Amino acid sequence: MRAIKPGLRLKSAVCTTEIMVIRAPAGEVRLDCGGCEMLSVTESAPAGAKLEPAHAGGSLIGKRYVDAEERYELLCTKGGEGALSLDGTALQIKQAKALPSSD
Amino acid sequence: MNLSMLLDMAADAFGERPAVSCGARTLTYGELRLKAHAVAAQLKGGGFAHAALLDTNGLAAPATLFGSAYAGVPYVPLNYRLTDAELNALLSRIAPAWLVTRPEQLARLALPGGITPGDGDQLPAGGADTPVPQAPEDPRAVAIQLFTSGTTGAPKAAVLRHENVMSYILGTVEFGSAGAEERALVSVPPYHIAGISAVLSSTYSGRHIVLLPSFDAEEWLRIAADQRITHAFLVPTMLVRIIESLEAAKAAASLPALRAIAYGGGKMPASVIARALQLLPSVDFTNAYGLTETSATICLLTPEDHRNAIASAEPAVRRRLGSVGRPLPTVELEVRGESGRVLGAGEPGLVFVRGGQVAGEYRGSGSLLDAQGWFATQDRGWLDADGYLYLEGRADDVIVRGGENISPGEVEETLLAHAAVADAVVVAIPSEQWGEAVGAAVVLRPGAQVTAEVLQQWVRERLRSSRVPERVLFRGELPYNEMGKVLRRVVRAEFA
Repeated sequence: MRAIKPGLRLKSAVCTTEIMVIRAPAGEVRLDCGGCEMLSVTESAPAGAKLEPAHAGGSLIGKRYVDAEERYELLCTKGGEGALSLDGTALQIKQAKALPSSD
Repeated sequence: MNLSMLLDMAADAFGERPAVSCGARTLTYGELRLKAHAVAAQLKGGGFAHAALLDTNGLAAPATLFGSAYAGVPYVPLNYRLTDAELNALLSRIAPAWLVTRPEQLARLALPGGITPGDGDQLPAGGADTPVPQAPEDPRAVAIQLFTSGTTGAPKAAVLRHENVMSYILGTVEFGSAGAEERALVSVPPYHIAGISAVLSSTYSGRHIVLLPSFDAEEWLRIAADQRITHAFLVPTMLVRIIESLEAAKAAASLPALRAIAYGGGKMPASVIARALQLLPSVDFTNAYGLTETSATICLLTPEDHRNAIASAEPAVRRRLGSVGRPLPTVELEVRGESGRVLGAGEPGLVFVRGGQVAGEYRGSGSLLDAQGWFATQDRGWLDADGYLYLEGRADDVIVRGGENISPGEVEETLLAHAAVADAVVVAIPSEQWGEAVGAAVVLRPGAQVTAEVLQQWVRERLRSSRVPERVLFRGELPYNEMGKVLRRVVRAEFA
């Protein structure tokens, strides 16, 4: 469990996935990637951490991941083999909103 | 949070794609990142407080922009059109700084102490032995500092923090959304917020940027055709010159690749955009309204809005060609009266905005946001019933005639609608009777002849009598700055 706030960057313990928090209400949550709790950029993976086959759906660079209510939003800044989940529930890719290029 | 993340993601995901070209030189995203790493190493080694750029558009601009972000040093692009004395004064304010420039610029400057020059054409390429910088993540750190062209006193230094710039890019651009064939032609100078946001947006979307060192309509058309440019941003004067070139050539524009033109940075007359839509029917036009202090665009008039307006017989829809559109989904916008009351549709007042990209801050004077995070743009305008914003000009430009507020834009539009008038600007002139009155400087179309009395009568028939220009000056041309903004203070001085 950890408090997350916009701008916080985390990395997967079991694959190359990295994320940045875009939106999060106050309070602590458990953010997992590949079935293991994500780490701050300076932490190292605990011994024996490995990608769980049930959470190997992968993450894609540049995609935004949200919970069902879209209270939380993460930006995947590096893709990997692990899938993202929040408090045990898989996060989904948010549909891109199409804005015309303004610059 | 650090804006170098945009380049890291692009270089990781499509490092082999061309990122930026200028003349015959091109860098891929991977090469641009290496070069930015090398710039960061130089900045960190020198103990600099700022990384300044004094150059036209070139590869040094994106390399210094991203390099300074990696190093955690504010990026300060300077206006190369300023006088030597003005530049030296700005340089003194940012020392100790590394100044990326060119030998011909250095020749004209007596550099103040604490300024270390570097040749923008000779920036190291970076390689396997270049240290990979650990970009600082403080979202409140200053990413970019832009000196605004103050009308009075010393220029103010607008401050944009990493969180402001990132809020704009992440809120408006989808990562990697550009097709491999997309190329954006950037002709706004690197010291303008639109020139910076063009680089950042294109990087995050994966669009290849082609930089034009200095704008010329013929050159713009040649490069747009030769390099199969798909996207471009233009300020109004640039679009006017391109239209004139196309019309003079009397040939159908051979720009088959061109898909989208965004315009902004000044008032675009509705007549100009109507001509542009006619000349380039397959191009999507987007009006982008924004300020330096808001990290670029806050309102958009979309291509669909343009097409609906031009096709509509309904005046309320048709006039939207003269609107700057609706706020971005990530930006809130209000029009308020003098007392601070939020105004309803059709009521003109002051435009306020709020959102993550709104910096609203100058060096030394702190944040100008109110307690609820709102920023006063100092622009006057009104919203229509569907939320489209119409701008009337800067609050400072309002003419107060006997207690009545007159916005110059309304009178200018009316004058421009006269067949003999090519250009017009309206300013406050001193009046013994009213305090201020309306003065108009007018440029006539070639061969056209009209008297002041005829123009006064023209305005009287269409607007209230208080709007009728008390004095009309005829001029060969109006004074504009290089970004197409008319210099009202110069016109006011001509009436004095």
